[in-house]
Amino acid sequence: MTTKISLHAVSKSYGAHIVLHGVTLAIAEGSVVTLIGPSGSGKSTLLRCINLLEPIDDGEIYLDGEDISVPGLDANPVRRRIGMVFQNFNLFPHMSVIENIILSPTRTLGVPKAEARLKAMELLERFALADKADSYPDQLSGGQQQRVAIVRALAIEPEVLLLDEITSSLDPELVGEVLDVVRELKASGMTLILATHEMGFARDTSDVVCVLDSGHIIEQGPPSQVFTAPKSERAQQFLQSIINSGRL
Amino acid sequence: MATTTSRRAVYEQKRKRRSIAVATVSSLIVVTAIVLLVPRMPRWDRVRQSFFNGERFRDSFPRLLDAFILDIKIFAWSAPLILILAMVIAMARNSRSPALFPVRALTIAYTDIMRGVPIILWIYLIGFGVPGLGLDRPWNSPLLWGSVALVLTYASYVAEVFRAGIESVHESQRAAARSLGLSNWQTMRFVVIPQAVRRVVPPLMNDLVSLQKDVALVSLIGPIEILRQAGIEKAKFANFTPYIGAAVIFLSITIPLTRTTDYMMERERRRTTGTRVR
Repeated sequence: MTTKISLHAVSKSYGAHIVLHGVTLAIAEGSVVTLIGPSGSGKSTLLRCINLLEPIDDGEIYLDGEDISVPGLDANPVRRRIGMVFQNFNLFPHMSVIENIILSPTRTLGVPKAEARLKAMELLERFALADKADSYPDQLSGGQQQRVAIVRALAIEPEVLLLDEITSSLDPELVGEVLDVVRELKASGMTLILATHEMGFARDTSDVVCVLDSGHIIEQGPPSQVFTAPKSERAQQFLQSIINSGRL
Repeated sequence: MATTTSRRAVYEQKRKRRSIAVATVSSLIVVTAIVLLVPRMPRWDRVRQSFFNGERFRDSFPRLLDAFILDIKIFAWSAPLILILAMVIAMARNSRSPALFPVRALTIAYTDIMRGVPIILWIYLIGFGVPGLGLDRPWNSPLLWGSVALVLTYASYVAEVFRAGIESVHESQRAAARSLGLSNWQTMRFVVIPQAVRRVVPPLMNDLVSLQKDVALVSLIGPIEILRQAGIEKAKFANFTPYIGAAVIFLSITIPLTRTTDYMMERERRRTTGTRVR
């Protein structure tokens, strides 16, 4: 398997607070990599760095072997290859669902409007949202909004999708419909990197699980190994606390 | 069930009737007091003669109305320029590129200086100062430079309104737009500005109502608009009634405008916040 994204000794700090300590990680094409760990461990920051929303202080990030973390590099073409979905959906409230979806294809890729709409409708149909095309985000449930946000990210045909705790602000009964979408994306062969607190989902769906703690990857491997036989003591503690709270 | 009334509804009705009664009685008392007491003032007759003279009112009103057209014209060409200039200033001030630091510093200095001096002073300074450079017609018109003074000062106020709107759009909206590959400018143009403008429509209307009135200040450097016309009418018979006429004409425009603004603010408040706490 070829490596799609690799991080080499990536460090990031906000002032004196170090968020990422030399993170090194390779993500194979078509694989699902899950980042787990306590809040504040650096999961979201790592995703934002890969999307170049946050500049990194040290180290390199490679996409298809090309260094995308070069200071001063035009981030926009890179971002069109790496989609991102956020915890709070971040749909544009002044635009209808379909307008949200076609904004980037028409404005950044120069796709004609009619063609972009057609493709957006196909995507909406695929995720059972076709009847919501002309609704506004506020009129949708959280689960529907998040599925629209995923469709919006897919509309620019990214090679990699970053999912940042996309079920964390959903009501429990809506989590399932969003996770189903992620499963479908995995089946379609897309490279996915997700930060999540859904441990059961991480165990069942991931190819690789990384446990982050205070900006370090303290455990990394297939879920069968990470969840059952973690090597580091800190990872054992973290998993134990999850098991104790009944979330696995 | 439509026929039975809940005890909540009964209570609400009783309360509503009571508050209507209280409001009616208190308004009546105030109005009666004014109607009865003001005419008892020692010089009331003289004041009534010089401010509320029906004949002077009817005589001067059409000419005041004619002069008011100039106010409307000044407003009509100033308002769009103000909105455009204000948006440019607000966006320059919100720019994040380090290369634009001088522009940011300049806009801060601009808004500080324009807002820190009374508008009337700017009208004098620009309206008398610039034509004093010896420009030829039509470039020495006080109407032109008075309007320029209005545009420059009001743009600094309105720019602050726009800036507040732009800053009120949550950072996560920018993050979403940038993650979709939109450039900084496209993010502003398609995501931030549309949301910002929607949010500041009510305060914007407020500023436009103020502008509607401040247009009269231009009269101080020459143009015969309604305030100056009222002054001329006053001088004819040494009677102040034309000023009341001018006030009535202003009110006929500003009251509908302010009512609309309040209605829009209330609607926006209802839309963005949940149920109201009593």
